[in-house]
Amino acid sequence: MNVLLFSLAVFGTSILAGFLGAMTGLGGGVVIIPVLCLLFKVDIHYALGASLVSVIATSSGAAASYVREGFSNIRIGMFLEVATTLGALLGAYLTAKVTGNWIGVIFGMVLLYSAWATVHKLDDVPPSTKPDPLALRLNLKGSFPENGIEREYVASHVPAAFGIMFGAGTLSGLLGIGSGAVKVLAMDYAMKLPFKVSTTTSNFMIGVTAAASAGIYMSRGYVLPSLVMPVMLGVLLGSLIGARVLTRTEVKTIRIGFAAVILALGAEMIFNGMTGRL
Amino acid sequence: MADARERGLEVAMGRMLQVGVTIAALLVLIGGLMYLAQNGGSPRDYEHFHAATRATTTISGIVTNAAHLDSLGIIGLGILLLIATPVCRVIFGVVGFAFLRDNLYTFISLIVLSVLLFSFISQR
Repeated sequence: MNVLLFSLAVFGTSILAGFLGAMTGLGGGVVIIPVLCLLFKVDIHYALGASLVSVIATSSGAAASYVREGFSNIRIGMFLEVATTLGALLGAYLTAKVTGNWIGVIFGMVLLYSAWATVHKLDDVPPSTKPDPLALRLNLKGSFPENGIEREYVASHVPAAFGIMFGAGTLSGLLGIGSGAVKVLAMDYAMKLPFKVSTTTSNFMIGVTAAASAGIYMSRGYVLPSLVMPVMLGVLLGSLIGARVLTRTEVKTIRIGFAAVILALGAEMIFNGMTGRL
Repeated sequence: MADARERGLEVAMGRMLQVGVTIAALLVLIGGLMYLAQNGGSPRDYEHFHAATRATTTISGIVTNAAHLDSLGIIGLGILLLIATPVCRVIFGVVGFAFLRDNLYTFISLIVLSVLLFSFISQR
């Protein structure tokens, strides 16, 4: 396969990955990395670099529509970005210390968790009765319009959420993904934020988190321009289409089908990593 | 009152990100089409990791290549611009919170900005 055919095939696959990533809220990186490694036989480090750049593109590209809706909370986002960017530095540092096979195994486990999280989509967590005093001191609260009335919220369990976010940042830096599934875990389960607030705020944070490891990836040579080109353009295009469709359709069946795909990819990544084929 | 100004800050941030990502994607597209026109027939080689050269791993190397209208240099410039958009968003945060006289969040935004700058300066 020459460069032209390869780029076209990767571009097409990336559109699909970006589309599915946007539909499920997991992001394109989770799909495109195993596909690049397993199907296109790309070195895992190049796959991580191409994915990380696409993650930034998706996050920034979706920002405009999220801002229009007005659910995101810039203070909560900025506060948690302290944790995610520090974690991302650690994760990017670790990619040079850990072999490609180990990265594959860890990636596979994250895929298995993502598959589970996709099927068990959370309902709105009931707001906590007693707000965290730390949240009040840090001004981690807000309100958003729901059915014509302003609904107020205050974050709970701030230290726990901060810790989980550090972990999410580390995974993002180590695996070249946005790790949206883990971020939602911190904001929905720990902070008990309304679902709309957590998903839109998480989208903002993903780009900043990925930027923290992008410099390190670039200096190590993981960001290969010729490979980034089809992956980034494809994922961006796919996610923009996905975000449009998302607002109009109920996607339960797609979600279950997608979970099955990432379950299979996860199992194969773990198998290939353990048998030293990555 | 303060809410309206905060909303304005958010909208400005979103607009900036959108413009940044659009220009970045166009640069990557133009560089990519040039690259495919010149090298489309070559065999691909992404299976094994190679030690990369300064031309693709340093900001000065990428900018120099792009200035010479090298296709990979132009893609690289688009990627750099893309990475810069979230960094600009944090700078926006620092300035915006200072403008709103929110000292705590000006400080928090400055911490995030220093972590981001550290990752580019430390380079490894």
